[in-house]
Amino acid sequence: MTTQPVMPEPYVTVIGLEVHVQLQTQTKLFCGCSTRFGAPPNTQVCPVCLGLPGSLPVMNRAAFGLAMKAALALNCRIAAFTKWDRKNYFYPDLPKGYQISQYDLPFSADGWLEVADPKGAFARKVGIVRVHLEEDAGKSMHDEAVGTADSRIDLNRAGTPLCEIVTQPDLRSPQEARAWLNELKLLLVYLGVSDCNMQEGSLRVDANVNLHVPCPDGRIAKTPIVEIKNMNSFRSVERALAYEAARQYDEWQATKAELGKIPKQTRGWDDPAGVTRAQRHKEESSDYRYFPDPDLVPVTVSDAQVADVRAAMGEPPAVLRQALAERWRITAYDAEVLVNQGRELVAYYEDVATRVADGKVASNWLQQDVLRTLNERGGMIDTFAIRPEALADLIGRVQKGDFDTSRGREIFAEVLASGRSVADVVASLGIAAVGDDELVALCRELIAENPKIVADVQGGKEQAAAGLIGQAKKKNPNVNPGKVRQMCLDLIRGR
Amino acid sequence: MTLARQDVAKVAKLARLALSTEELDRMTAELSQIVGFVAQLEPLDTAAVAPLAHPLETQNVFRDDVPAPSLTTAQALQAAPRHDGECFLVPAVLGESGAA
Ligand SMILES: [Zn+2]
Repeated sequence: MTTQPVMPEPYVTVIGLEVHVQLQTQTKLFCGCSTRFGAPPNTQVCPVCLGLPGSLPVMNRAAFGLAMKAALALNCRIAAFTKWDRKNYFYPDLPKGYQISQYDLPFSADGWLEVADPKGAFARKVGIVRVHLEEDAGKSMHDEAVGTADSRIDLNRAGTPLCEIVTQPDLRSPQEARAWLNELKLLLVYLGVSDCNMQEGSLRVDANVNLHVPCPDGRIAKTPIVEIKNMNSFRSVERALAYEAARQYDEWQATKAELGKIPKQTRGWDDPAGVTRAQRHKEESSDYRYFPDPDLVPVTVSDAQVADVRAAMGEPPAVLRQALAERWRITAYDAEVLVNQGRELVAYYEDVATRVADGKVASNWLQQDVLRTLNERGGMIDTFAIRPEALADLIGRVQKGDFDTSRGREIFAEVLASGRSVADVVASLGIAAVGDDELVALCRELIAENPKIVADVQGGKEQAAAGLIGQAKKKNPNVNPGKVRQMCLDLIRGR
Repeated sequence: MTLARQDVAKVAKLARLALSTEELDRMTAELSQIVGFVAQLEPLDTAAVAPLAHPLETQNVFRDDVPAPSLTTAQALQAAPRHDGECFLVPAVLGESGAA
């Protein structure tokens, strides 16, 4: 991969994305076969998804509902009337010889999703051209190592419900494209529309990219659009776009070929090699010979239905970030960190924050202790050993002044390691709250032993009292440094 | 209304039909007739007519998202010209999937 030049590029990179997400349904779009991932080949197939003669597709209500949820979350307009069309092409993983998709009357269009600028300077609204509902194809496998002339076809995936989301060419850098995809994924996972698992093929991305190059005569030249496929992670998307932009600029300098002069090219991303390679020519859309599918009747959607879906939708991440920041008086940055970890973590956080009645302190513990532990050890917040009530118990003891935060951290680690309760660990570590009498006695001792510090404090150097705290900790590790400091100052001044 | 021979050749190619020269000639004539027949509608003013998406009046046919039994693999594969007991076998596919 080429390193990013220090100088700004002499062109603008123009990117549009086409994203397919698998909807979280139990069954396929047009039949009752399971959509579960990982089943043995051809065990989740029936006459409908095999395209056998005489079978008829019937639309899955849940799939349509989830697709509508996605479209509304993407601020799309929902069409009052929609229909499905046949997209005709021949490929062995497409048993009917056509894909049931939507052509001229998609169920939703004209939306947007905001992406934060990677440099944090501003937020950009990325337009959504359309969101439509279609079926997936099967999977073809070719093992070249075996050296057979055959490809093997598994049709378990055929007929799985997909939402296709097409953006306007509004993205302006590979980093921005990646950031936008992260936001899209977070949104769809939050709403329960899709698990967006790229390894299992629940989210797939193709990207269209070209360059706008300012010419010496003031004209803006546009390079031919290239569609990039085969990107298996958001990181690959970013790398592929960066590679492709640089490649197109080299090609532009060599050929001066502009948009419209040559047909649209499709290139595949080779991740290990870090390059894009030319693929077959993309068929023009008319070559798919779309026509309305006579097996499926149209669907109408009323304003009331749209309102119902909207009402049941829950807070999308962007709204939740703001709400969380306001509700718990935490910074926008903290809210972003928490929300980007997913809905379960936010629920955990709010539970703790409510119990300790302090959003900021709860946020600190979540980020510095809980998230750090999850990052180090892996695992999900749902199964995290320290539950919200236990963490709140621990934080509460720190708030009361039983011990300080660093001692609290040790207890956190011990609770995690031993699986015992906070109370148990506190007792077994001999961490008893230091009583007031005990504290007074200890501070008197310190003062008697440190005449120099006492003189400094009396001379106005209050910070000298810090020297007493280390000594206090040696005498009794359970003392609260803040309390020691205050008590010593009071005693010295009271003399 | 007549179709150009090359239009018919293109449609045949998309449909994966290998037509001989004679067949292409015949198809060009026959398809032209069919298109010409439909073209009779051209003079009608359809500005006030909503496009017909489906001949049935029925709308909004849905099923619940409830699993139903699938076929066994053996049943699914039984009509395939070739299979290996698990998957359908087809001549090597090395290009990109056409799925979109
Ligand atoms: Zn099926």
